Amino acid sequence: MYWQRELECMDRAELERLQLQRLVATLKRVATNVPFYRKKFQELQLNPDQLGSLEGLRDYPFTTKQDLRDNYPYGLFAVPLRDVVRVHASSGTTGSSTVVGYTRQDIVTWSDLVARILTGAGVTANDVIQIAFGYGLFTGGFGLHYGAERVGASVIPISSGNTKRQIKIMQDFKTTALVCTPSYALKMADVMMDLGVNPNGLSLRYGLFGAEPWSEAMRQEINARLGIRATDNYGLSEVMGPGVAGECQECNGLHISEDHFYIEILDPDTLEPVPPGEVGELVITTLTKEAFPVIRYRTRDLTRLMPEPCPCGRTFVRMSRMLGRSDDMLIIKGVNVFPTQIESVLFDIEGTEPHYRLVVERENNEDKLTVLVEVVESLLFDEMKKQKALIEHIKKRLASELGVGVEIKLVEERSLERFNGKADRVIDRRQL
Amino acid sequence: MLVEQIAVFLENKSGRLADITAILADNAINIRALSVADTADFGILRLIVDKVEQAKTVLRANGFTVGKTQVVAVEVEDRTGGLAKVLRCIKDAGINVEYMYAFVNKTGENAVLIFRFEKMEEAIATLQKEGFTILSKEQIYSL
Repeated sequence: MYWQRELECMDRAELERLQLQRLVATLKRVATNVPFYRKKFQELQLNPDQLGSLEGLRDYPFTTKQDLRDNYPYGLFAVPLRDVVRVHASSGTTGSSTVVGYTRQDIVTWSDLVARILTGAGVTANDVIQIAFGYGLFTGGFGLHYGAERVGASVIPISSGNTKRQIKIMQDFKTTALVCTPSYALKMADVMMDLGVNPNGLSLRYGLFGAEPWSEAMRQEINARLGIRATDNYGLSEVMGPGVAGECQECNGLHISEDHFYIEILDPDTLEPVPPGEVGELVITTLTKEAFPVIRYRTRDLTRLMPEPCPCGRTFVRMSRMLGRSDDMLIIKGVNVFPTQIESVLFDIEGTEPHYRLVVERENNEDKLTVLVEVVESLLFDEMKKQKALIEHIKKRLASELGVGVEIKLVEERSLERFNGKADRVIDRRQL
Repeated sequence: MLVEQIAVFLENKSGRLADITAILADNAINIRALSVADTADFGILRLIVDKVEQAKTVLRANGFTVGKTQVVAVEVEDRTGGLAKVLRCIKDAGINVEYMYAFVNKTGENAVLIFRFEKMEEAIATLQKEGFTILSKEQIYSL
């Protein structure tokens, strides 16, 4: 099943011609409309008109999350605000979030791209689709919503949370397709068991999961426990949101919508391309975005390409599920968390360079982040009441900075291992 | 009138209290009184010792986090109702006790009560007015 067969199955040579044409147009547009890119291109004496091949893009500079933050909120928009019909922002911090915009045409494109992954996963106009992603600044809820309407499915925009209600609605509305994070799908299975709801008695057939890393073992568990076929999909708000790539029913790698995104897989240290099929950092250039184009955006996600043709007939290249990160970002309950954010809050409270460690676990299919903090004199009280109040204070400050709850565990000074050079402060115990 | 108490942070794992007492013993530091407040994860050890500065230095040198607080030491006769009289006086003055612990001195005649009050100065004034014996640093360290 295809959403746009003529595009999804197009000849590779034709695809590359289309990509080059769109790439030149995008580069010209950002050079004209976005001072940030214009300045960078001028410094490197790059002229988009002279781009003769897709490989020529390697001369162009990268764009990083920091660049997006530096240009908060609208600095990288390539159209005037009057042409922007939607704004989203990345999950994570309030102070340093990254803002993205969409024109009317961008929303149409986005809806079609999400429709592709929905169709690829098996969803049709006959399905009842329950969207349990958060609606709001996060791109997940609205992204899937518009795509599902485009397909013609009956959309239940229930948003995230309230698991019992999710299950009740799933039973009563005869939901056939579920959209959420993979860990939330397992949590639903747990709650169904508690409630005595037999998943086999539901109408559920498909699950589209994303927004956090997961494994093949987790897929098997979800499939077995919910009696569905789970597919993986990938996107990030900086580039578009969901719809960048998704699995077909082969469930073996995610097809990248290459007519809209040009991708490179680079060695994160040398920033040179890795040999085909080897693991590297995914770098994306948008080819059709109007309001918020990005050039060579470093996603920091590690993956590898699967260049061999897919039995499904799509010619778009596949990439493996996300294999990790090339920085120390953590994804906790779908929220991006950087150790540096935790560091700055602790510094603020302690008044000195904090020694801490982050421990991530998955309990009952929910992520749990515990911050181990070494107790320095400024954090030590003789009264237990004050000591506990301090722990609560740190918890609150971190929760508001990170947008996700954490546990605090105080440990003795010098009990955490010291590192030379780049500190590895994260202990990820999640068995995905 | 205030006595210095040291507070030490301890993770709730076996042998930590033994480690501290051994360090103090090796340095010929005498513990006059101690108490521990604890949770499932950690504890706060409070100590009255005869050589405060030296105790802090050696504990820090051994990697412990050490803080210090001022407490009040009240001496009462070691007999029934001794503590109750002190607490009633404090209660009547409307002062809260944050924590307290006690020990009996060598002669066995008197008990020493260590207090941390919410309002230290006010508590001392009240106790003195009511005629209770408040021990000085020197008196406590040389008990």
